[in-house]
Amino acid sequence: MNPFHYSKPLSVQEAVQLAGPASRFIAGGTNLLDLMKENLTRPEHLIDITGLALNDVSETARGGVMIGALVSNADLAWHPLIEQRYPLLSQAILAGASPQLRNMASTGGNLLQRTRCYYFYDAAVPCNKREPGSGCPARTGLNRIHAILGASRQCVATHPSDMCVALAALNAVVHVQGRSGARTIEFADFHRLPGDTPERDNQLADDELVTAVELPAAGFAEYSHYLKIRDRASYAFALVSVAAALDLTGPVIREARLALGGVAHKPWRDEAVEAWLVGKAVSHETFGAAADALLQNAEPLEHNAFKVALARRAIIRALSTAAQGGHA
Amino acid sequence: MSATFPDETPPSFARHPLSLTLNGQHTRVEVLPWTTLLDLLREQLGLIGSKKGCDHGQCGACTVLRDGKRVNACLTLAVMCQGAELTTIEGLANGDELHPMQQAFISHDAFQCGYCTPGQICSAVGLANEGRAQSSADIAELMSGNLCRCGAYSNIRDAIEEALPACRQRVGQGGEQ
Repeated sequence: MNPFHYSKPLSVQEAVQLAGPASRFIAGGTNLLDLMKENLTRPEHLIDITGLALNDVSETARGGVMIGALVSNADLAWHPLIEQRYPLLSQAILAGASPQLRNMASTGGNLLQRTRCYYFYDAAVPCNKREPGSGCPARTGLNRIHAILGASRQCVATHPSDMCVALAALNAVVHVQGRSGARTIEFADFHRLPGDTPERDNQLADDELVTAVELPAAGFAEYSHYLKIRDRASYAFALVSVAAALDLTGPVIREARLALGGVAHKPWRDEAVEAWLVGKAVSHETFGAAADALLQNAEPLEHNAFKVALARRAIIRALSTAAQGGHA
Repeated sequence: MSATFPDETPPSFARHPLSLTLNGQHTRVEVLPWTTLLDLLREQLGLIGSKKGCDHGQCGACTVLRDGKRVNACLTLAVMCQGAELTTIEGLANGDELHPMQQAFISHDAFQCGYCTPGQICSAVGLANEGRAQSSADIAELMSGNLCRCGAYSNIRDAIEEALPACRQRVGQGGEQ
């Protein structure tokens, strides 16, 4: 790790005043310190935000839940409000990382974790995300774990989070504060596709701090399921994951939410497909047609074509399991 | 294995005073901002039970208990542990009386080379504190953050399963921090 200055502000206001292009906020540190040990990130100043009052999980006046940015992944997954009303989110969190990391990692930090693309993680090779304009060896290299949707010539990395896939499906809202004030960002807009600026993962400015994540009232507790497919049964990043949530009247779909992880630079949703499902009856054929529509523009690379077939089956299985009340 | 911090303080980088409770003892030290908790324990305080395996949070050999919760000491900055209550493998036994989890690992021969064992045991005590494991399969899933290259997994799982009731009793009485 490079030498750096350390400070621990006691208010959000003070924290964002301290922030700049060469600083990083630190809470759990599980991803940031790893990146620093690999010499991929060399901040001059770490701003420890664990002294800020952002630890609450509370019900909102709108019937939803506000999650403080410092709530740990484990505390969130096992919070009674989340377990009962947003089981999709609990499942997604518990599908990620290890128990130790979930005890450390924060809600805000989970949103900001960087890709685990092998080339991004190797300081000895070019990477447009790390060094803009240097090239993307993944596009023609070992790209088994890479994106099949929404990638660009410059970057084929995927977003690594499970929690974010559920938050995308649940239409969460990200609350941020910068020096010029507070604002909210719809979850679908928070993360970016790589385009020509893959170095930017999300819409945050240098001085902006995630302060909370808000869940709307609709938790789809009756009919939801998080399905994660990976190379081993636990503690591995998703090859493909699916957050499926349904509102049903009998067999008829009233509302559908479908978000995919492991396939794109951000949690992937297709609102046209979700709208198409409304009014249809639950069936294998309906879910298969939805999967085909969602994947019709997939652009697999040399080594990840299997993800298209895997995603299709995972979508059908996750929606079918959700329709059965989350029980496979 | 390379150290993860420069040995000398570069000019203008201050050491930070740190006060914490370590294995029940009030401890005051000064640390550089980039010193990890694992390096503080092993290099500055001579507590070498917690092991440096991968140094990237992947193997779990460095697992310690922070305020009763299991964490990776290698991905924790020491300077961020101000006021924390920490328990390492050195702090689990009561004199010569082993912690039930330690005894269960011996009874079940739950190690071969032993390098991952301190982290496995601290992680297992953290698992007991969480109170979420209801089955042998749950134990396997909730121990996935601890790797054992010797492959003693089945014995580790059996040891934890046996020790859980006694550990839960201790949690009820205050348990390990």
